[in-house]
Parts: sequence; structure tokens; C-alpha cells
Amino acid sequence: MSTLDTTLHADAHEHHGPAKGMGRWLFTTNHKDIGSMYLWFSLLMFFVGGCMALMIRAELFQPGLQLIEPGFFNQMTTMHGLIMVFGAVMPAFVGLANWMVPMMIGAPDMALPRMNNWSFWILPFAFAMLISTLFMEGGAPNFGWTFYAPLSTTYAPPSVTYFIFAIHMMGISSIMGAINIIATILNMRAPGMTMMKLPLFCWTWLITALLLIAVMPVLAGVVTMMLMDIHFGTSFFDAGGGGDPVLFQHVFWFFGHPEVYIMILPAFGIISQIIPTFARKRLFGYASMVYATASIAVLSFLVWAHHMFTVGIPLAGELFFMYATMLIAVPTGVKVFNWVATMFRGSMTFETPMLFALAFVVLFTIGGFSGLMLAIAPVDFQYHDTYFVVAHFHYVLVPGAIFSIMAGVYYWLPKWTGHMLDERMGKLHFWLSFIGVNITFFPMHFIGLAGMPRRIPDYALQFADFNMVASIGAFLFGLSQLIFLWNVIACVRGGRKAEARAWEGAEGLEWEIPSPAPYHTFATPPQLPESLR
Amino acid sequence: MMGWKIIKTIGSGLGLTVYTATASAAWEVNLTPGVTDVSRSVFDLHMTIFWICVAIALVVFGVMFWSIFHHRKSRGAKAHHFHENTMVEVIWTIIPIIILVAMAVPATATLVQMYDTSEAELDVQITGYQWKWRYDYLDHELNFFSNLSTPREQISNEADKQEHYLLEVDRHLVLPVETKIRFLLTSNDVIHSWWVPALAVKKDAIPGFINEAWTVINEPGIYRGQCAELCGKDHGFMPVVIEAVSKDDFNQWLADTRVAEQAEAAAAERVWTLDELMQQGEQVYLRACAACHLPNGAGVPGAFPALKGSAVALGDVAAHIDIVLNGKSGTAMQAFRDQLSATELAAVITYERNAWGNSLGEAVSPAQIARLLTPSTGEAEQ
Repeated sequence: MSTLDTTLHADAHEHHGPAKGMGRWLFTTNHKDIGSMYLWFSLLMFFVGGCMALMIRAELFQPGLQLIEPGFFNQMTTMHGLIMVFGAVMPAFVGLANWMVPMMIGAPDMALPRMNNWSFWILPFAFAMLISTLFMEGGAPNFGWTFYAPLSTTYAPPSVTYFIFAIHMMGISSIMGAINIIATILNMRAPGMTMMKLPLFCWTWLITALLLIAVMPVLAGVVTMMLMDIHFGTSFFDAGGGGDPVLFQHVFWFFGHPEVYIMILPAFGIISQIIPTFARKRLFGYASMVYATASIAVLSFLVWAHHMFTVGIPLAGELFFMYATMLIAVPTGVKVFNWVATMFRGSMTFETPMLFALAFVVLFTIGGFSGLMLAIAPVDFQYHDTYFVVAHFHYVLVPGAIFSIMAGVYYWLPKWTGHMLDERMGKLHFWLSFIGVNITFFPMHFIGLAGMPRRIPDYALQFADFNMVASIGAFLFGLSQLIFLWNVIACVRGGRKAEARAWEGAEGLEWEIPSPAPYHTFATPPQLPESLR
Repeated sequence: MMGWKIIKTIGSGLGLTVYTATASAAWEVNLTPGVTDVSRSVFDLHMTIFWICVAIALVVFGVMFWSIFHHRKSRGAKAHHFHENTMVEVIWTIIPIIILVAMAVPATATLVQMYDTSEAELDVQITGYQWKWRYDYLDHELNFFSNLSTPREQISNEADKQEHYLLEVDRHLVLPVETKIRFLLTSNDVIHSWWVPALAVKKDAIPGFINEAWTVINEPGIYRGQCAELCGKDHGFMPVVIEAVSKDDFNQWLADTRVAEQAEAAAAERVWTLDELMQQGEQVYLRACAACHLPNGAGVPGAFPALKGSAVALGDVAAHIDIVLNGKSGTAMQAFRDQLSATELAAVITYERNAWGNSLGEAVSPAQIARLLTPSTGEAEQ
């Protein structure tokens, strides 16, 4: 009997290793494979969107039109935004969730593995279609990533229809990804892992996934209304037919504001995993972190019109959205205080993931401060649509979301590859990125306050100096990302052998399994480690 | 060759740095306090909130860096085991709320003030067009368009850039000081946003809707701003220039402008030669048409049609006049009947039919256009 058992076992193992060749990636239902594909895809998009950003910064290096025409400049700003938001940041978080959520909660895989495969494979097609618009007559979408009507309807290039279809596909992919994450976290936790023992990365992703399911259909709705206006004679956004261009903005930002939290809540989760590890101290205020995340999510549905203070909403509306927006500072503040309190009286070391996490706390908080300033409606009239806004959202997205993704990648790379990272190269990448990001985006506060509107290809002479500084910083930041690519590839190919618990202070189920994590983990539910019991 | 061009570009860039560093506005880092009571309260609010943020940052980052310095493993720090404290957590929830309420009170007061558009002494309607502004003095039956006046050569780096590069227009919006002025904003095509930092007025101009804003300018002077909402290709090239003058000067300017308009109307009645029309037509074309159809009439495929060799510019003259006067709905082609005078319209249509190898040799006379423009006699007959 026992011989039979072992043969069956060995047999089963043989069948469940990774398939060979392209088939492995096309047909895989393995959360680790799909996670890797998401991450590589997002890195590719990060470089594509980054090249567009560098084209923008090259044109803005000095006043006058040198390299690109204004029409193409607008295509670049639009595509840069769309690709970074939907192609780089969101898929990177989904990739991290795919890799880490099952390992953190002790599940063998995602709850819906075939849908998982599909939700990834939609993305390359969606982005191929979006990027192909660059080669169409009339050019790519040129109306900004916020695509306000009627610039994006009546006055749009013909390629707008392809843009709409690409957005629909990205939305379907995101919704499926979100359903999968919710189903996994709610149903597949190891015995004894109650909701209030869930690692914070899972908590923040659970809440993010709920936001995604709530708002991606709204985005699909707004682009469908555009499609109707363009091709089927409706007038949702055309005042000439009884519609209202401002309606577009209300619907868009009802999606758009939760969307910006979709891009930051998983970052909070990653940082909340990393700081306790390298401070060698439990996260301060776990429960308040969870409640703060949930209240940020709820508030995100009540503040959309703070993007629209200048469209002429009534005074009462203006006041409501100002107060609600200011309130968001409270739970966000709680998070920052908790991270600082976690470091306080810890025993800190400063490996690359921790450096990125610390930079995240400082620079994201700076982005939070400028956000608070933007919330003050009467002053927002001066800031709105200037480089001050550009500085603000790049501070929360680049050293915010993107630094958190890099921190997460560096933190979990040993678990994925079985190799430790070359710390020297990691630190070099960190310092060049840190300096580059600040040289790029800090001067944008100044040129914005001095009066430079965003999305312009040429500018008055008083903005020349800081623009030049920002462009130099942008190239420094952009080029130093090649080190990141080098680091990741080097770590995949070799390096010092990583232990199961790759970092001394790391706690959680994912650090109980060997590094690299076997192709299949937790075929049977694990016992929770001491720290989680 | 390419390398030399790059070196020259960088060199001129550095030269420019030296040039602007001597100008007073260089390295500007803060908001302007402006020249109205509202803009001053906005500036004060901005500074108050800024300093509050700085203070919070000092405390939070102070504790953080203190911990980073002292509680590091390399200094032998042992991790403590506390991980929650309800009292502390309640305190750092309450304190931010108190700070926020303290910020909200003056912000609300300023906002209420900004929304009070009552009792205006002068109404100016502002209409955004791709890519220019139209100003309509509603009480004085006077209106005109205000176009960017920076020469193309400066934008394409073929000439030195002047002090007000991209912030200069052919006709200023002249306004009296110490007068409550109400702005009524709307748009002819896409959404624009009219912004003058010195007045702290920024309001979107939305097609089909009218927004209100107001100001009382305290000091005479020239105040510059720009369109703030992405409105298409030349969004960066539609500045706002206000000339604030004393009330007497304002009345004098109104009178002078009327006289000039009558002279312009009279000019349409005389006979113009083809050469004269071509000459003026080129100037008008470059100002009003070249942004889309390009200076050489080639257009942008897929976005803006070519005029060179086009069916419209070489076809029936009545149809050509119609599309220039009335625009083409559903496209970026605007109606120019209110934007240009009869003479300018005749000149530009003549130019389009005789330039870049289009050579019909016929002139459209200003008088002919003037008849089409006279208040809707044609429509009344129908």
C-alpha cells in the first residue's frame, strides 16, 4: 500500500511541475507564473511610459519648440499617463498580489486560476491596441489621460474609438483580477488566520479590490457614453444636444478618485510589511491601520469633485467637497504616525527594501501635504491645472506607488528567485532614484506656484530655469531605472543563496517556506507560525 | 551635423539660463500675492497652510530621523515590544482634526467671498475659442478677439525670445481699477479655463454653460495669465493679458476703440486690389488659420484638412465664404463671421484661393462680405 502511495505521489509531482516552452506561459494557471508575467509586463510598460515622459521632459528642457510638435506633445502626455496608470502601476500591484497573497494566507493558489490567466492575457492585447493608435492617421489620443469631453468626443482624433475599446479591456482585466483577490482572501485563508490576523498587504489589497469592483464599471460607463456620443448620435456630453460636458467630469472622477487610492492602498500594505521587518518590531497599531485603510476607501467615494473646483459647482457643493477632502488627511496621518511609531525603539537596519520604504514615508507624506493644500478650495483656484498639481501627484505616484513597488520587489525577490540581491547595486539604484526623483519633481512645485499651467509644450521665460533642472532630474531618474532592470535580472540568474527567512526580522507564512518558493506551495493548509497565533 | 546641432541647442539653453537669471522673475518659487483683496487672502491662506504643513513635517520627520539615528541595530539598539497604545492613537487622530477645523474656518470665509458676484459695475463676457479669447463688454456693445502675438520665429527658435514670450496678445483686455467687474465665462468649442494669477481668478469656460467670477483690481498695471485647461493642440498658446487702467482712461479707451471700429467698417466700402487683399490676407491667415491648416496650407492629415489644392478653396466661392463665415459644426472649424472684420474675411478668403499654388486669380471684395455680415437681412427674408 505504501509503495502505491509513493508512486502516485511522485507521479502527481511530475504532472504538476511547470510545463515546457511557451505553453507554460500561455496556458499557466499558477499564481507564481501569472504574478511574474504581470510584473514583467508592468516593467515593460514602465519603460515605455518612461520613454514618453523623457520625450516630454526633453521638449521642456528649454523654451521654444525644439523636438516635437504640440499635437504630438499632447499625445505623449496622454499616453504617458494612461500607460503608467493602467499599464505600469496597476498590473505591478496585481502581480505582487498574485505572488504574495496565496503565500501570505497559506493558500495553494488563487481561488480562480483560469480566470487569473485570462485577466493577465487581456492586458498585452489592450495595450498593443492602445499603443497602435500612435501610428494611426490623426495620431493617438491627445486629450490628456483624464480625456475630458468634448475634447475627447467631438474634437477627438479618429483613434479615440480604439482607445475606448482598450479601456474596456483593461477594465475587464482589472475587475477579474479584483474578484479573484477577494475570493482568495475571503475563502482560502489557513485555519486560524482570522481577518484581524491577515497580513496588512492582504488587507489593503482586499479593500483595493473592492474599490476596483465598485469603480471600474463607472469608467466603462463613461467611455461607453463617449462611444455613443461619437458614433450613435447621443448627446450625453454635448450641450448642443441638451447634454453637459461637466457630467463627463463627475462620472470620470467618481471613478478617478477611488482610482488614485487603488494606486496607493496596496503601497501602504507593502510598506506596512517592510518597515516592521527591518525595524525588527511588530507593526504599531495594526487595528487602526486596517480601520484607516477602510475609512480612506469610504471617503474616496465622497471627494471626487475636488478635482473640479473650478468648473463652477455651487458654493454648498464646493464646501462639502473641501471638508470631505480635508478629512482624508486624518486616516492618512494615522498611517504615517503608525509607521514612525513602528520604527521608534526598534532595531533598524537599512537594506535596499527598507531604504525605499523610508523614502516612501517621507516623500509620500510631502505629496500628502501638497494634497492637503490642494484640498483648500479657494487656494486651489491658484493651484488647479498648474505644475503644482503635477508635482503633487507625481510625489504620491513615483516616490509613492512606484517606490513601494520597487521596495516590494527587492523585499520579495529572494523568496521568488532563491537569491539575495546585490546590496551594493540595490543601494546605488536607490540613491540615484531618490536624488533623481526629487530633482525632477520638487522644482515643479515652484514653477506651478509661479504660474505655469500643466500640459503645455512651451512656456514663458520665467519658468525656464526650473524646467531645465526638472528635465535633468528626469533623465537621471529614467536612466537609473536601468540599474533596477539589471538588479532584477542579476538576482534571477544568481547570487548568494537566500534562506527561507531571507530577512532577519521577517515574519509571516511566506517566510516559512523555502526560497525559492516551490512551484506549488501549501498543498495542505499550514500551521500558523508563532508570531501569527 | 546632428551632434553639432545638439551642442548648439544645449549651448543656447545654458545661455538662456544666464539671461533669465538676471531677470527679476527667474527662480520664482512662490505664488503671487496679486493685486486684489481676494488674491491677498488667498495668498495668506496659502502661506498659513504651508507653514502648518512645515511644522507637522518637522515633528513627524524629526521623530522618524531621531529613531533612524538612535534606534539602529548597528548602534546596539534592541527592539522594544509595544505595538499599540489606544491613548496615543486617539490623540493623534484628534489633533489633526483640530488643525483641519482651524484651516477650514478661514478657507470657508474666503470661498464665500469669492462666490459673491452680486452688485457688479461692469460685465465682461469671456468666450474661449480654440485657441484665443473673445471679450465682450456687455454694457458697451464692444467685443473683440485676443490672439497670441508672439511671432512664430520666436517659438521655432529662429529669433530671440522677448521678455513676454508667449504671454503677449494683439489686443489687451482693458479693465478699470477699483470697479467690481463680473466675468461671465463660456466657450465656443471645448472646455477652456481663464486664469489670471494676480487676480486669483481661475474659472472654466464650458461650452453651453455660463460660469461667473468677479474681481476688483486695486492697482493699475498689466497682468498676464494663460488658459489652464487642456483644450487641444495650441493649449499652450492662448494667453490672457489684462491692462488695468484708471476709470477715466477706461472711458477714453472705450471712445477711441469705437472710432477705430468705424474706420475699419468704412474701409470695407472702398475698392481693394487683388494685391492689397493678398497682402493683408497672408497676415490674417497666419494669425487666424495657420494654427490648424499650417502656414503652407498643407493641414494635418486626419486632424485638419489641407487648403492647398482643396475642393473648398478651389471650388464654388459661395461655399468657401460660407464655411469661413459660419464654420462647420461638429468639427474644429470655427465660425469666423464675428472674429474677423469684413475686410479681413475678404482678404483671407482671397488669399486661400490664390496662395500656395492655388491660383484662381479672382478677388473676394470686402463690400461683398460686408453685405453678408449685416445683421441677418438674409435670414429675415427666408
